[in-house]
Amino acid sequence: MYQLTHVTKSYSGSKNTVTALKDVTLTIPKGQMVAIQGPTGGGKSTLLQMLGALDRPTSGEVVLGDSTLSKLGDTKLARIRAREIGFVFQGFNLIPTLSALENVETALAPLGLSNEERTSRASAALESVSLGERMRHLPAELSGGQQQRVAIARAIVKNPEVLLADEPTGSLDEDTRDEIMELLEGIWREKQLTLIIVTHDSAVAKRAERRLHIKNGTVKEL
Amino acid sequence: MFITYLRRELVNRRKQTIIIAVGMALAIALVIIVNSVAAGVKDAQTAVLGSVYGVGTDITISKAAAAPGANGTAGPGQRFDFGPGAGSTAAGTTAVASSRLTAGRSTATFDAASLGTVTGEAGVSAAAGVLSLNNTTFDGKLPDVNRTEQGSDRAQTGDGSAPTDGPGGTGGSSFNINSFTVLGLDPSESAVGPLSSVTLTDGRTLASDDTGTDVAVLDSAYATTAGLSVGGTIDIGGTSFQIVGLVESSSGDATTASNVYIPLDVAQNLSGESGKISSIYVQATSSDDIATLKTSLEAALPDNTVSTQSDLASSVSGSLSTASTLVGNLGTWLSIIVLAAAFLIAILFTISGVTRRTREFGTLKAIGWSNRRIVGQIAGESVVQGLLGGIAGVAIGLVGVLVVNLVAPTLTASASGRVGGGFAGRGIEAAGGPGAAGGRFGQAAHAAATSDVVLNAPVTVSVILIAVALALAGGLLAGAVGGWRASRLRPAEALRSVA
Ligand SMILES: Nc1ncnc2c1ncn2[C@@H]1O[C@H](COP(=O)(O)OP(=O)(O)OP(=O)(O)O)[C@@H](O)[C@H]1O
Ligand SMILES: [Mg+2]
Repeated sequence: MYQLTHVTKSYSGSKNTVTALKDVTLTIPKGQMVAIQGPTGGGKSTLLQMLGALDRPTSGEVVLGDSTLSKLGDTKLARIRAREIGFVFQGFNLIPTLSALENVETALAPLGLSNEERTSRASAALESVSLGERMRHLPAELSGGQQQRVAIARAIVKNPEVLLADEPTGSLDEDTRDEIMELLEGIWREKQLTLIIVTHDSAVAKRAERRLHIKNGTVKEL
Repeated sequence: MFITYLRRELVNRRKQTIIIAVGMALAIALVIIVNSVAAGVKDAQTAVLGSVYGVGTDITISKAAAAPGANGTAGPGQRFDFGPGAGSTAAGTTAVASSRLTAGRSTATFDAASLGTVTGEAGVSAAAGVLSLNNTTFDGKLPDVNRTEQGSDRAQTGDGSAPTDGPGGTGGSSFNINSFTVLGLDPSESAVGPLSSVTLTDGRTLASDDTGTDVAVLDSAYATTAGLSVGGTIDIGGTSFQIVGLVESSSGDATTASNVYIPLDVAQNLSGESGKISSIYVQATSSDDIATLKTSLEAALPDNTVSTQSDLASSVSGSLSTASTLVGNLGTWLSIIVLAAAFLIAILFTISGVTRRTREFGTLKAIGWSNRRIVGQIAGESVVQGLLGGIAGVAIGLVGVLVVNLVAPTLTASASGRVGGGFAGRGIEAAGGPGAAGGRFGQAAHAAATSDVVLNAPVTVSVILIAVALALAGGLLAGAVGGWRASRLRPAEALRSVA
């Protein structure tokens, strides 16, 4: 469960300061599927960074379960990201020199597992996204949809509490988009994790339990 | 994971790996070559010094020559007096010959009792006193004085050394001044001193029972030049010496410290230097406290000059000295510059690699990789690149050293000795043939112990280890800088939309 209270995030540049999030107070119960929409530059990615323990707010408090993310140091945040948070990006963000299997394994590297366990869990995750046949392929040898499946496998292989996705279908065509959305929804249902998806796409957003709209750093329920 | 990722990165980003490794390899190869050539030059210097001062000589003690005329201790000048009726006259010319043995002009002599002082010092394992002398021989033909006076007055305008114009084609003069070095040494002392480092090529060396006898051992190179051999005799200071042995330097083609070696007491008597020596050769008990020993010897003998092997090394001149300077200065600076360039290349390429992989490292951070893990990964890549370069560099360096050793350049060295100082061989030649204008004076060869040393560059395990350590250090440095850059990346970089 997420608890955000009076969260403000501003970026101070050389000339002016941009306030990407303005006094956001929000609760997201465990296991909910939330879609975040809004115009470009509205603050969607910034909110996701707060939820994903990638950055600390300028002011306010972010709590995930028992941890107050806004107060933790870099090392503790990295540990929480390693154990509790799965991330899916618009650009897939796979390591180009590593095979599909090795890419999934990178998510398990910080957990201190044995080589065999890491490999077997990673291949199970790839099987679950129907890529059991492509484990040895490099990202460049896979289609966009397949690459995103590898990225999803990498996000879920650690059995996280929450799965965060920033425009996961933004780089995909319509058919692949539906495929990926079905995959994410299936995982959400099966693993009962909290799924938060940032999207421009209303068709995608409509599938969520709850929809939030962010404009100029202010969050509205739809 | 670490190994897999490392291997994949090095293989897939081959260009960067190759550039960093090649840069490092060239630098390491240069370090090895410069180092081993420097060691070779140093060995050559030691060999030359060994041939002059004797192997095992740690310290030599001498006394600076007093200014000529000061309290009258300086030896007599090169002066030959011939009284009326000297020599034999035939066909209008008079043949004369004279030989004189004097103390070497570059050093002063001192009381042989100093040897006892030296032997009494703690830390001295052996010491030997020697007397360094010069034998100068004058022989030649002078025009018949009476006949010259009867001739043209023009003969008297000459400065007395050689008539500028002989009268009517007769009465020219021709004379030679030959000089060679003579070293008087204790025949019973064989552990230390100039004769401890030589190889006997013929006859025998000096022994204890040679004390007081007129026997001589010759440098074989000098003997060849002078046409002398074992069984023959040599005239030293007007006395005929039996030649009992020939010696040559143990180190390559080097000549030995002196042309002629005779028993010390004979040398002292003949040169009028009774109870005097000109140098003491000292062997220390331990090579570690030579500096301490030098200090205590200086205190015990305040009037003398005490020199260690390293002090003496600076007296080696010639192309060996040039090589030494070249390797010492140019080589060292070149290695430092190339090494710095290689380090810089490694650092710049690592930084640019980290910048190019911003999203990759941001993503790894976003999925939970700690800064430490990422820094370790980058440092690992750089260290392996550096080590690959280091190994290649060691290989290239060894080939380079092999080439140097195959070419085996010959260096000439002369150790202008405080000990052996004096004229060697050629001497002065003056010849005024009938009707010839003036006398011709050959250049006096003032070089004691000129040696040709073949450069042999040795490679030691420690040089290789140092080279590999340098490559490792370069990799670590590049990795540290690159890792520091990566550790400052925000994990949120991963969310940046694709460019
Ligand atoms: N690192 C940063 N430094 C400065 N300003 C930033 C930074 N990141 C975001 N911003 C600014 O904060 C605001 C919100 O950005 P954010 O990326 O959250 O928008 P978004 O809703 O995700 O937009 P998009 O749909 O284009 O991804 C923007 O005005 C953006 O310029
Ligand atoms: Mg965004």
